[in-house]
Amino acid sequence: MQTIFDLSVSGRRASTIPQAGVEENEPAIPSHLLRKTPPALPEVSERDLVQHYTRLSQKNWAIDVGAYPLGSCTMKYNPKINEQIASLPGLRNLHPWQNEADAQGALAMLWEMERALAEITGMKRVTFQPAAGAHGELTGLLIMRAFHQSNGDPRKTVLIPDSAHGTNPASVRLAGYQVRQVPSDDRGLVDLAALEDALDETIVGIMLTNPNTLGLFEKDIEKIAKAMHSVGGLLYFDGANLNAIMGKVRPGDMGFDIVHMNLHKTFSTPHGGGGPGAGPVAVTERLERFLPAPMVEFDESSCNYFWDPDRPDSIGRIHGFHGNFGIVARAYAYYRALGGEGLKKVSERAVLNANYLRTIIESKYPLAHPGLCMHEFVSTARRFKKLGVRGMDVAKRLIDLGFHPPTVYFPLVVEESLMIEPTETESKQTLDALGKALLQISDEAESEPDLLHSAPTTTPVGRLDEARAARQLRLRWTPELAKELTG
Amino acid sequence: MPNTPSDLRYTREHEWARLEDDGRITIGITDYAQDQLGDIVYLQLPEQGADVSAGEPMGEVESTKSVSDIYSPVSGKVAEVNSEVVETPEAVNQDPYGEGWLIGVDPSDPTEFDGLMTAEEYEQFLTEEAGEEVG
Repeated sequence: MQTIFDLSVSGRRASTIPQAGVEENEPAIPSHLLRKTPPALPEVSERDLVQHYTRLSQKNWAIDVGAYPLGSCTMKYNPKINEQIASLPGLRNLHPWQNEADAQGALAMLWEMERALAEITGMKRVTFQPAAGAHGELTGLLIMRAFHQSNGDPRKTVLIPDSAHGTNPASVRLAGYQVRQVPSDDRGLVDLAALEDALDETIVGIMLTNPNTLGLFEKDIEKIAKAMHSVGGLLYFDGANLNAIMGKVRPGDMGFDIVHMNLHKTFSTPHGGGGPGAGPVAVTERLERFLPAPMVEFDESSCNYFWDPDRPDSIGRIHGFHGNFGIVARAYAYYRALGGEGLKKVSERAVLNANYLRTIIESKYPLAHPGLCMHEFVSTARRFKKLGVRGMDVAKRLIDLGFHPPTVYFPLVVEESLMIEPTETESKQTLDALGKALLQISDEAESEPDLLHSAPTTTPVGRLDEARAARQLRLRWTPELAKELTG
Repeated sequence: MPNTPSDLRYTREHEWARLEDDGRITIGITDYAQDQLGDIVYLQLPEQGADVSAGEPMGEVESTKSVSDIYSPVSGKVAEVNSEVVETPEAVNQDPYGEGWLIGVDPSDPTEFDGLMTAEEYEQFLTEEAGEEVG
């Protein structure tokens, strides 16, 4: 395939603008800061440009092309009407420095969305500044730090279960804390005895996903919360899987102190290359004063919404302006369209779809922890290993059969794991077809393993050499590199 | 069945240790470990002169599938580091007990080595672990 640089012809232009006939001013940028040689940009016609990028876009897989059962990532459909609503001129053309008086609608939207998320999570207040889930985690940890410091009690260690998302320990380190891993027990849940052993007055808190990454509900959550609170620690709810429990059970009622939500998962806004995301963070009343400034407030007497920057105990800003506002607008449209009952059905359908698909395939892809699952489940392709077939081969073959692969090799606690999350937006027909494809692959693993080893064969490029890509990482195209690679 | 040379000692975290003639202990990860990890793309090893403790993480191994800690089988001071394997981590996949060695440690407590699993015990451990898992 040719790159845009290969298409370049010296002097060719997509468009030419006639001289305005006006004398040029001195450039506003001092001349010593201006580059002397132009950058090596490709020179192409508009026709070449449009063709090139349209072709590239056709090589992509996307949720708008087909099912995308990527466990933990929640690749649910992004309703198009939400895009239209977020594109309304009143939202799209709003400047973040607009006078409050001219932005009352936008502020009211944030205020209402905050009330909704607070109700769904059982929390008191919500900040919209974090740009995505991991950013929400860091915000939550900084709030935990501010809380402990305000008590004159700097602590050291955050507990994280071994099934957790990799971002959790990374965020802990970024916040300046140590990580201690808590093992899962044979139910796939937090090992309560091991947790209690780890608890003392140096523990900052615990980061939990509930349901957890194995798609299982942490049934002991109330006991965990009680034990953690008894040593003065806090509970952080990683909201990556909130889409499984909306309207059913609330993190606040389970005993959590801080919650982040991924609007780009649970609230259907685009992600996976289509971002940006939004990771609002919600807290209980006792942590409210540490939230990033400013917050939207409402003055009842004048019926006015306004930004309140006066938050002396705040951890400070963690994003420019008000976070990814356009994403919140999409999520708000989604929430208003569905309402409370609708969101509850979202969770019910997500869990039903996962269990339906599970029952189709579990005879061939046994579950790491058999039984009912929540919105996703973790199967293992371990039984194919004796045939020389790995989970990665199953995933690649699924591409040939018209589906995006599930998440593979995560969580790490399950060997040859396939983590499957169909989401609520797939129909029974799609789930049947996906189940059938996985069963076909299971048969092929026995009869024609080479078919799996060579997959995918129907895509513009075949199996990528992931090891080589990691060992010889080249991030920048240069003419010299192009010559080296093509010989 | 993975290769488990009988002249080495092993840990439950799938490292191997070899007692050299001069008392130094060479450390690597086992054939079973490299097979489980898949293509290894990055290794982080301790610096020469660093102290390592038995059972504590001493480095990291990253494959296309995952990132895992490497635990030191024994306590002591890092006397040598295999700088070549850092440049070509695929050596761990190709030759885990030879070219793929990671570090050499001068042990502070030579009896720790005797406490490690023998090849026979390690093979038994692998069989038991396999039995516990699903499938």
